[in-house]
Amino acid sequence: MIPLAHYLILGAILFSLSVVGIFLNRKNLVILLMAIELMLLAVNLNFIAFSHYLGDTAGQIFVFFILTVAAAESAIGLAILVVVFRNRQTINVEDLSSLKG
Amino acid sequence: MAFQQGIFYFFATLLVFAAAMVITVRNPVKAALFLVLAFVSAAGLWLLLQAEFLAIVLVLVYVGAVMVLFLFVVMMLDINLVRLREGFGEYLPIGGLVAVLLVAEMIIILGSDQFSPAQMPDPGALPAGHSNTRALGRLLYTTYAYPFEIAAVILLTAIVAAIALTLRRRKDTKYQNPSQQININPRERMRVIKMPSEKKG
Repeated sequence: MIPLAHYLILGAILFSLSVVGIFLNRKNLVILLMAIELMLLAVNLNFIAFSHYLGDTAGQIFVFFILTVAAAESAIGLAILVVVFRNRQTINVEDLSSLKG
Repeated sequence: MAFQQGIFYFFATLLVFAAAMVITVRNPVKAALFLVLAFVSAAGLWLLLQAEFLAIVLVLVYVGAVMVLFLFVVMMLDINLVRLREGFGEYLPIGGLVAVLLVAEMIIILGSDQFSPAQMPDPGALPAGHSNTRALGRLLYTTYAYPFEIAAVILLTAIVAAIALTLRRRKDTKYQNPSQQININPRERMRVIKMPSEKKG
């Protein structure tokens, strides 16, 4: 059988890949949102692996809630993206500097 | 079981490949499609972990709704890719270093005795007739009923926020104002004129 560590290492690889994605695509808002989705997927994989190996269904309930919040987050994020594009004609993070941050 | 291990490594390779393509591919539409591949292979892994309900929810809700939303938005926006790709690999060395360190640390920790098969034995197959959906539902509607309601409110907030953000009212659109329509006085609109009837010539 597959040991638990294999699932956890797969989750760690997935998480670090999305960290690299945020480093690489720091200008493209759409890809940044996708990298966040990948991160949440890695977290969910860990939750389900522990839920299976510990025999506790509560872990799957947490995945359920994470999926809900992630769906809400991406819906609002994409809505903000559309509004930003409508007002500025760009989604480049470098152009969104009117707050002088 | 060698068969299950084969399935695990197949889906895991596919997942890592798809994730790597999501962050490196040039076209955002292709990135979204590779993200779909990543979600589907993750659903396969969840099936292997006997979380059938969540695997199907991942495909239906995530691939079916959220990723389609992503695709719609990506195709709707007219993105200047050349500017977005400027300095793409600029932070690759430091990002790669962080990622390699992260994975190395996790492998050191996860390779320890606590997560070994001796400490965490595989629970084996569940008894026949066990329904993952029923177990989840029972837990969700009893112990976690209150968080479940909060999740519903969060989704409602998402609907309201997304519509309120993207709703655009055009200046030249004609629409009715019901309160003005109701608060009208008939005498301002209509004038009764008394005039003699015409004589027959």
